[in-house]
Amino acid sequence: MPINYVLLVSRQGKTRLAKWFTTLSPKEKTKTVKDVTQLVLARRTKMCNFLEYKDTKVIYRRYASLYFITGVGPQDNELLTLEVIHRYVEVLDRYFGNVCELDLIFNFQRAYFILDELLIAGEMQESSKVTVLQAIHDQDATEVEEANEEKVKHTPRF
Amino acid sequence: MNMNMNGLFAHTLTDLIRGIRQNKKNEQSYIAKEIADIRLELRRNDADLKAQAIAKLTYLQMMGYDMSWASFHVVEVMSSPKFLYKGIGYLGAIQSFNQETDVLMLTTNLIKKDLASSNASEIGVAINGLSHILTPDLARDLCADLVAMLNHSRPIVRKKVLLVLYKVFLKYPEGLRLSFSRMKDRLEDPDPSVVSAAVNVICELARRNPKNYLSLAPQLFKLLTTSSNNWMLIKIIKLFAALTPYEPRLTKKLLPPITTLIQTTPAMSLLYECIHTVIAGGMLATTGSGSNAESANTLAATCVTKLRTFLEDPDQNLKYIGLLALTKILPTHPHLVGEHKDIILKCIDDPDISIRMRALDLIVGMASKKNLTEIVKRLISHLLPANETEHSSMNNGSATAALMDPVYRADIIRRIVFICSQNSYANVTNFEWYLAVLSDLTNVAGVNVGTLLMQQFMDVGVRVKSVRTYTIQLMMRLLADTRLTEPDNPESANSMVLLAAAWLTGEYCALLESPESALELLSQKSTAKLDPAIQATYLQSLLKIFAHWMNNLQYSWNEEARQSLVEMVDLLREGVKELFSRSPDLEVQERASNVAVILDIIAEHAPKAPLKIENSISFAPTMPKPPAILSSLYPLFFNQELNPVAPKAQKKVPVPEGLDLESWIHEPIPEPEPLSSGDDDFLNEDSSYGYGWSGEGAAAEKSKKKGKGRHQEDSKESAEAKAKVKITMRHSCVRRPAEGDCSGL
Repeated sequence: MPINYVLLVSRQGKTRLAKWFTTLSPKEKTKTVKDVTQLVLARRTKMCNFLEYKDTKVIYRRYASLYFITGVGPQDNELLTLEVIHRYVEVLDRYFGNVCELDLIFNFQRAYFILDELLIAGEMQESSKVTVLQAIHDQDATEVEEANEEKVKHTPRF
Repeated sequence: MNMNMNGLFAHTLTDLIRGIRQNKKNEQSYIAKEIADIRLELRRNDADLKAQAIAKLTYLQMMGYDMSWASFHVVEVMSSPKFLYKGIGYLGAIQSFNQETDVLMLTTNLIKKDLASSNASEIGVAINGLSHILTPDLARDLCADLVAMLNHSRPIVRKKVLLVLYKVFLKYPEGLRLSFSRMKDRLEDPDPSVVSAAVNVICELARRNPKNYLSLAPQLFKLLTTSSNNWMLIKIIKLFAALTPYEPRLTKKLLPPITTLIQTTPAMSLLYECIHTVIAGGMLATTGSGSNAESANTLAATCVTKLRTFLEDPDQNLKYIGLLALTKILPTHPHLVGEHKDIILKCIDDPDISIRMRALDLIVGMASKKNLTEIVKRLISHLLPANETEHSSMNNGSATAALMDPVYRADIIRRIVFICSQNSYANVTNFEWYLAVLSDLTNVAGVNVGTLLMQQFMDVGVRVKSVRTYTIQLMMRLLADTRLTEPDNPESANSMVLLAAAWLTGEYCALLESPESALELLSQKSTAKLDPAIQATYLQSLLKIFAHWMNNLQYSWNEEARQSLVEMVDLLREGVKELFSRSPDLEVQERASNVAVILDIIAEHAPKAPLKIENSISFAPTMPKPPAILSSLYPLFFNQELNPVAPKAQKKVPVPEGLDLESWIHEPIPEPEPLSSGDDDFLNEDSSYGYGWSGEGAAAEKSKKKGKGRHQEDSKESAEAKAKVKITMRHSCVRRPAEGDCSGL
């Protein structure tokens, strides 16, 4: 079974990123976010990274001041999900260059786009960091191109 | 002057975020203002502004603010030719659209156009967005386009298309049938990531419907043995776990490569997945031919050894999954798991609650005669407050908090009772020990599990004759325990066990050392505060013990005995009247008045005057005859011992001769005659009282007589007639005989 959701939550409980791969009503979404955040924030450092919430598993890892949380089905391999989380963090790090929480706050769209290159429909799309970064750079290049075109269009002609 | 306001006044996304961070105190009002601004911006015709607005809205949505009112604008931004804006639009759609959003219809053509774009990134964004907002309509419309794109030149596109096709097939199953072969071809794709994606999709599909994918097994097997991509391997192994139940020969073929993997791979996740598959896929089943069983057993042993290394690893995660996997192996190879009992018991004390719960599950499954005492001892020491045990060094706030958590404690107690009582106490060799455990639990519990413990006490007391004396002693101690009778905290004291104590002492009062003290305890003042059910049992037991004690007096009847009888009767009468007769509970009141009346009668008949020692011929003072009243109550309770009866015992009783359980006891009334004959008034609507009064009763009688003459083979009758027979029989004694019909009564 695929990943159901990915949440990035700060130490104070603020949501920095919320990606859902299943359809839930907004009420259910908020409830899940609240409950899972509570559970995860209450954990100590030495404890294991796996939790149970209702009948799903919650797998999380703390990087500096952010908690990366994923929800998976009961049949899934927990260690593998941890690897997926780590892969995501590695790609973020490479892209932003020593990423910190502020980067993700002000560039949350980029964070979403990067996640989209890594996971589709909850499944791992690409395990190679290089390929993922390449795709993101391609996207950036397209944007820059378009922006340049606009500038050319708008510069007053002599 | 109407243009270019945007640069000056509108907030960009960065401004918004900064603003929110600066206005932490009045966040709500700040955001409300921003949302109002956004509404204005969206009405303008400027694409820049609109995209910015949607970006801001998406950020706010992440914080919890609804943006569904802007869905039309989101589609507008999605259709922008600029890549950046398109991305923003799609993101907004992903975050806020759901299956019912009506503007989804507008997106079909839009997505089609994007899919045909020359820019791979645009295609990527469109596919990604699609994977989130798929509806059955969209799926149906776009399926053909997507399948055609499976042959796209760029692997990145092929890969994405594969994955989104999975979602498409979920909504539109027809599509799968049409494109299955094309998808299969992707397994042979030169690009490894595409192959990986194909495996992913097939894995998920197979999990829902394994049979259809058995044909792919050889191909997947080749991938398994040749690939070194761990991610893919894990998926393939998972897939095989789903397939093996349907294809037993697969098991044999799979064993060698999986065993190699288990023994050689350094990757923990792969190892775990292999072990998991091996267990879940039933490859450890020991049935079957000799060599198969042997290799299965060696495999099981290897797995368990590996899992042990997990448990010993300081990494908590490995401990957790080690315990998880061991729990799964337990049903098939309990002895293998039992070897590692020591380390599992240690895990119970781990400060991490996830690990503790797993270890508890495992222990409960592992309990047997030999290790029961040890396990229970460990579990009970677990319940004691942290400062009393040697675990005080772990002054972990959360650990003690968890120990104090009543749900957690109740759970542990339930588990203890469960492992002891399963299989009709098959694991308990020493019932005295078990009773001591139960009474310890009563004191230590800190949470209300009284009913559970009460049931256990009664069960053991009734079924295990040999320890009854000990049971009764224990019960007396419980009755006298002020912590139970006058608890500080009635919520968490387990006073319900007093019910068991009272009942057992009453039923088996022959084993009581001191019936007088029992009677005193049962009638003491504090009982008035107990639960009514307990009080009712107290009363009943009181009478039983009294009857027994009184009966015994006749064997040693003398002046002393007489005096003690009078005193006891007075004491009891007083106790009963004061405590119970005015209880608000009906059961208690009724029993109390019964007991009071009986005691009054006895008091009347008890000899009040001091006894005269009659002189007999032999000059030895003989004991006077004890009054008959003494033995009067005894037969009421103790004529026969009540033994517990097995639930199926009734079936085993042979039916006596001559008793036919199948035939009618009373011949049924025959079918009522049809209305046209006009003979009977069964369907007389006038009888507003329904059944049994005047006309109808007479009619029933009449047709009964008629029926006897017309003996019918078919004994089936309408339920209605049967009911009327019943009712008329009931009312026959009250009905007034109809005119002219005096027969039958």
